Amino acid sequence: MKLSPDETIFWQHGFVTINLTIVTTWAIMLLLVIGAKLITRKLQTGLRISRWQCVVEMIVTTINEQIKEVGLDNPGKYIGFIGTLFLFIGVSNLCIIFPGYEPPTGSLSTTTALAISVLLAVPFFGIAEGGIGGYLKTYLQPTWIMLPFNLISEITRTLALAVRLFGNIMSGGMIVAILLSISPFIFPVIMNVLGLLTGMVQAYIFSILATVYIAGAVQVKKTK
Amino acid sequence: MKINWFTVIAQVINFLILVWLLKKFLYKPVLEAIDAREKKIVARLEDAKKKKDEAKKEQEDFAEKNKQFDAQKKELMDKAIADANVQKDKLMADAKAAVDALQTKQQKSLADMQATLKRDLAQKTQQEVFSISRKVLTDLSSVDLEEQTAKLFISRLEQLTPEEKQAFIDAFKKDTKSVLIQTAFELHKKQQTAIKKAVDEILGKETEFEFKTAPEIISGIELSANGYKLAWSISAYLDSLQSNISATIKHNVAPAPETKKTPGQKPAAIKEQAPDIAAEPEKK
Repeated sequence: MKLSPDETIFWQHGFVTINLTIVTTWAIMLLLVIGAKLITRKLQTGLRISRWQCVVEMIVTTINEQIKEVGLDNPGKYIGFIGTLFLFIGVSNLCIIFPGYEPPTGSLSTTTALAISVLLAVPFFGIAEGGIGGYLKTYLQPTWIMLPFNLISEITRTLALAVRLFGNIMSGGMIVAILLSISPFIFPVIMNVLGLLTGMVQAYIFSILATVYIAGAVQVKKTK
Repeated sequence: MKINWFTVIAQVINFLILVWLLKKFLYKPVLEAIDAREKKIVARLEDAKKKKDEAKKEQEDFAEKNKQFDAQKKELMDKAIADANVQKDKLMADAKAAVDALQTKQQKSLADMQATLKRDLAQKTQQEVFSISRKVLTDLSSVDLEEQTAKLFISRLEQLTPEEKQAFIDAFKKDTKSVLIQTAFELHKKQQTAIKKAVDEILGKETEFEFKTAPEIISGIELSANGYKLAWSISAYLDSLQSNISATIKHNVAPAPETKKTPGQKPAAIKEQAPDIAAEPEKK
């Protein structure tokens, strides 16, 4: 039994491997980009808008509001990163309703990649907001003694992000697979529904935590 | 459950590409559309507010204008009523004046008629009274009465005042040949002599006398010569009385001075005067 879609390899040439994770990710990327393009192709600025535009606007404005609630005053600047995190994880997890689909978020490589993206995004936004000195000073807060703990916290929270998402999604898929061998009818459907819920919750948790970390880096400068 | 580092790198790159693509195709246009719509809504709301303000202002203007129109209407109505009242008063006054004029004219003609009637009545009454008197006295006249008349005539001659006597003498002295004495009945010789004597005494000379009877005298004596006439007769009395009464009637029956009537006076006042016309002859 394959625990990760990484193990399904389509093409390999030395270090370069094209596995199911990457292919599924491309498919999801394509889906998202084409969907976005189709919907935003004829955006209306009037009072009457299409249903799809309404849905998209609702999603975008909700993400915007969430970012604002966490404490980032200029959500337009962060929505590209945080919104994409949410949409990619969310769509990846929602697609489990398709039979034979293996979510790329169920691969530790993907979740690690996302966690590393967050790890890199935190200093990126922090430096963009308060300069490199301002950002580095956040590691000395509240005192320089905290520096090792702050560094450890950077590493561990990234690890936690990666493992939390991977564990949840992988276990969801695993449970369904195990249950299918035990009782093939009805029960796996309920577990699948739970899997959908977990997937959305994880997407939310992942993106909101990323927001919190970025806000932490940005806010320090402001509170000074 | 191991990490494939190539996959990790590939996924990071994939994710960054996806971020860029979604930013370009999703977030940016959607957020721009939302902003544009918000701007439109704000503009519309502002426009609506502006229009509302304008409408309110116009409503206030209209209310003000309505108020002004009402005031003007009231003013015009008041003026029209006042004009109508003035016109009414004028017409009423004209009508009253016309009525008064007509009334006055009527009263005048009535008064004229009354006066004419009075005069006619008075003349008629006078004529009747005199004709009756004349007839009664003619019936009563006799020789005996003539005697008494002669006596009275003589005593009157004797009682003449010196001025009268002088006037008498002046009248008869001049170139008088005969004195005419007229009576209703023929006088006795004795009476004729007494008269002659009395006259001669006054004149102081003897004069010729001619005695005539004239029944129209009714009763009395008339003495005439050279146009002078001294008489005592009932006819003369009656004539004198008639001329006096005629003068009095003319004076009294002259149209009464007009009485100025107030417009409200009843026409009945004219009727109330009517009995006077009938009463007039009796008073005289």
